[in-house]
Amino acid sequence: MGTGMALALVPAPVLAWAFFWLVSLLLSSLIWFITVKASDPRDELLQKGLLIFGVMFSVLLQEAFRFLYYKLLRKAIEGLVALSEDGCSPISIQQMAYVAGVGFGLMSGTFSMINLLADALGPGTTGIHGDSQLYFLTSAFMTMVLIFLHTFWGILFFHGCEHRRWWEIIAVVIMHLAVSGSTFCNPLYMGSLVPSYLLMATAATWAYLLSGGSAQNLRRFLLCKSCSVIGTGDPVGSSGYLDQCWGGERVPRGLEQGHHSLGCQTRGDAGVWGHGQVVASPGGSE
Amino acid sequence: MITFMNNSDSEEEPCNERTSLMSAESPSVPSYQDGLQASEAGEAQAHRKRRTGSSRSPNNIADGEMSESGVPVRESTLENEEEELTLKYGAKHVIMLFVPVTLCMIVVVATIKSVRFYTEKNGQLIYTPFSEDTPSVGQRLLNSVLNTIIMISVIVVMTVFLVLLYKYRCYKFIHGWLILSSLMLLFLFTYIYLGEVLKTYNVAMDYPTLFLVIWNFGAVGMICIHWKGPLQLQQAYLIMISALMALVFIKYLPEWSAWVILGAISIYDLMAVLCPKGPLRMLVETAQERNEPIFPALIYSSAMMWTVGMAKPDTAARGPSQQTWDAAEDGRENHRSPSHGDSQMSETRSPVPTRPITSLEELEEEERGVKLGLGDFIFYSVLVGKAAATASGDWNTTLACFVAILIGLCLTLLLLAVFKKALPALPISITFGLVFYFSTDNLVRPFMDTLASHQLYI
Repeated sequence: MGTGMALALVPAPVLAWAFFWLVSLLLSSLIWFITVKASDPRDELLQKGLLIFGVMFSVLLQEAFRFLYYKLLRKAIEGLVALSEDGCSPISIQQMAYVAGVGFGLMSGTFSMINLLADALGPGTTGIHGDSQLYFLTSAFMTMVLIFLHTFWGILFFHGCEHRRWWEIIAVVIMHLAVSGSTFCNPLYMGSLVPSYLLMATAATWAYLLSGGSAQNLRRFLLCKSCSVIGTGDPVGSSGYLDQCWGGERVPRGLEQGHHSLGCQTRGDAGVWGHGQVVASPGGSE
Repeated sequence: MITFMNNSDSEEEPCNERTSLMSAESPSVPSYQDGLQASEAGEAQAHRKRRTGSSRSPNNIADGEMSESGVPVRESTLENEEEELTLKYGAKHVIMLFVPVTLCMIVVVATIKSVRFYTEKNGQLIYTPFSEDTPSVGQRLLNSVLNTIIMISVIVVMTVFLVLLYKYRCYKFIHGWLILSSLMLLFLFTYIYLGEVLKTYNVAMDYPTLFLVIWNFGAVGMICIHWKGPLQLQQAYLIMISALMALVFIKYLPEWSAWVILGAISIYDLMAVLCPKGPLRMLVETAQERNEPIFPALIYSSAMMWTVGMAKPDTAARGPSQQTWDAAEDGRENHRSPSHGDSQMSETRSPVPTRPITSLEELEEEERGVKLGLGDFIFYSVLVGKAAATASGDWNTTLACFVAILIGLCLTLLLLAVFKKALPALPISITFGLVFYFSTDNLVRPFMDTLASHQLYI
C-alpha cells in the first residue's frame, strides 16, 4: 500500500514532495494550536516559548517526513526494478534526492512568501510602526536561502540514507535547526541571514562533492568549454554514487547486495550527478 | 470519471486489427502488443454529463451523467510488461491531466481574486432555496443540508433521465439538450464574464465590438466542441467553459451549502460509478453492449484519437491538417469521469502528426490518452475558488487545496492504471481538498501568520 502510494506519486514527484511538506506543516500546526489553546494567552513569555517549541517541532517533523517518504520511495524503486526487464528502474534515487530538496524548498518558500507578496501589492508602508523597513527584502533573501538549503539538504539526506552514513543525516537536521533558530534573531538580520548564507555555501559545496563534483571538474567546465567532459571525468570519484551508477568495482560499504540494482544507470539520465561519464552498460549488475 | 482512450473499433476484435498490422511490423511488437491488450482491457467508458447549474432557467439545464463501462480485462501473460507500460503511461497521463486542471484552477482563482462580482452575494440558485442568513448555527447547518439534498436529488433525477433517454435511443433529444446548454455557456455566461472583467478594469467597449467578440468566441466554441476543431482549441474551450461554470457555482452557492454539496457530490460520484445499479455504470454498460462510443459530451480528452485507418501508409503522408472523425468511428473511450457540469465535448478531433507512421508501437503510443469529465474540472475549481474566496484573503489555503487536489488526481490515476475500469475522479481529490482546506484555514493559518509577524522561518 505504501509502495502503491509512492508509485502513484512518482509521476509528479515535485508535487508529491510538496504534499509531504504540507502534511508535516499541518501536523506541527496542529500541535502548536493545541498547546496555544491549552495555555494562557496573556502570558507573553509562555507564548514565545510555545512558538519556539512549535518551530523546532516543525523542523524535526519535516525531516521525519523526508525520511519517511525516502523509505517509501526506496520500496517503490525496488518494486519498479523488480518489474522492469533490465534491472533498471525508470527513476533513480539520485534524481529523487534532488527533486525531494526542490519540492520541499519550493513549498516551504511559497508558503513563506506568497502572503507577503500579496500584501506587497497593496497600499502600505513598511515598518511604519517602528519595525524594520527592510522586511520585504530580508524576507526575500531568507526565503531564497531556505529554498537552496532544502535542495542541498535533500541531496545530503538521501546520500546519507543510501550509504548508511547517519552523521550526514544528523548534520542536515542540525543545520535545519540552526537556520530556523537563527531566524529568532530577526530583525537583527546579521544574526540570521549571514549564518544562513554561510551554511548554504557549506551545504552547496558538500552536496557538490557528494554528487561527484570536484575542483578539476569545475575548472574544466568554466575554462574549457570546447573540451568534452564525457570520458574525462574521474572514474573513481569520491562519491559513492558514482560507484553505483557506473558499475564500478567499488561497492559502497554498507550497501547490501540487494540494493545494487538501485544504482543502475537509469535510462536517459547520463551524468545527472555531474560527471557526465559515459555509461558502460545500462544494466550493469554486479 | 477518468478513462483511458483506446482506439479499437470493437472489443471483440482488437486482435484482428492488430494481427493484420502485426505481420508488417517488427518482431518486438507482439510482446508490446500483449501489454497493450491487457491495458486496453481495463478501459471503461463512462460519460457523465454535468448539470448546468443556472439560476436562469431550468430548461437549459443539461444534466446527465454517462459512464462508460470498463472493457473486460484481457488476460495478459506478460504482467510485468503490462505493469511497466502502465506505469510509464500513467506518468504521462498524470502530466497530461495536470496541465488542464491547473489552468482551469488558475483561471478561476485569478478571476475570484480580481473580479469582485463573483464574490458578491446576489441571490441563490433555485436549487438551493434555503437561505443561510439565519442567526443560529444549527439552523444554518440544517439549511445547508437541505440545500444539498435538493441539489443532489436534482442531479440524480437528471442523470437517471439521461440514462433513460440513452437507453431508449433518444439521441436527438440528448444532442439538442447538450447543444442548448453549451450555447448558454458560450454566449450568455461569457458575455456576463466579459462584462464584469471590463467593469473591474474600467475598460470601455462598444456594443458592436462586444458583439463581434462574443459572436466569434461562441461560434468557434460551438464548432470546436460539437463538430470538428483542432485538439488544443477544443481543450482550451472546454477549460474555459468549465471555469465559467465553476464561477457560477462559486457565486451562487451559499458558503456552507457549497462545502456540504462538494462532500455529497463525491459520495454520489463514488456510488454512481461503482455500484452495479448506479446510473453511470448502467450508461457505460449500455454503451458497451451497443458497441458505440458514449456521448462525446462533457469529456476532456488529453490525447489524440486515431482510427484504424491511420495505420495505412497513405495517411502518413498527410500533414498536420485537421483530422476529424465521426463520433461513431471513434474508438472506444475508456474511463471517463462522471462529473456534474454542463459542457459537451465531442469525440476528440486531433490533427495528424507530421511524422510518418513507422511502427505500430508509435501508433499505439499516440493513441493512449486519458479522459477526464468536465464536471470534475468544475468541482475541483469550485473547491479551489471557494478556498480563494472565503479563506480570509489567505493564499496558503488556496495553494494547499490546489496541491491536495492534484495529489488526489494522481492517486486516482494510479488506481485507474491498476483497476483499468472507469473510476470516479471526485472522491479522493475532493476529500483531500476539503481536509486541507479546513485544516489549513483553521490550524496552519494562525501558525504561519504568527511566524510571519516575528519573521521566523521553519
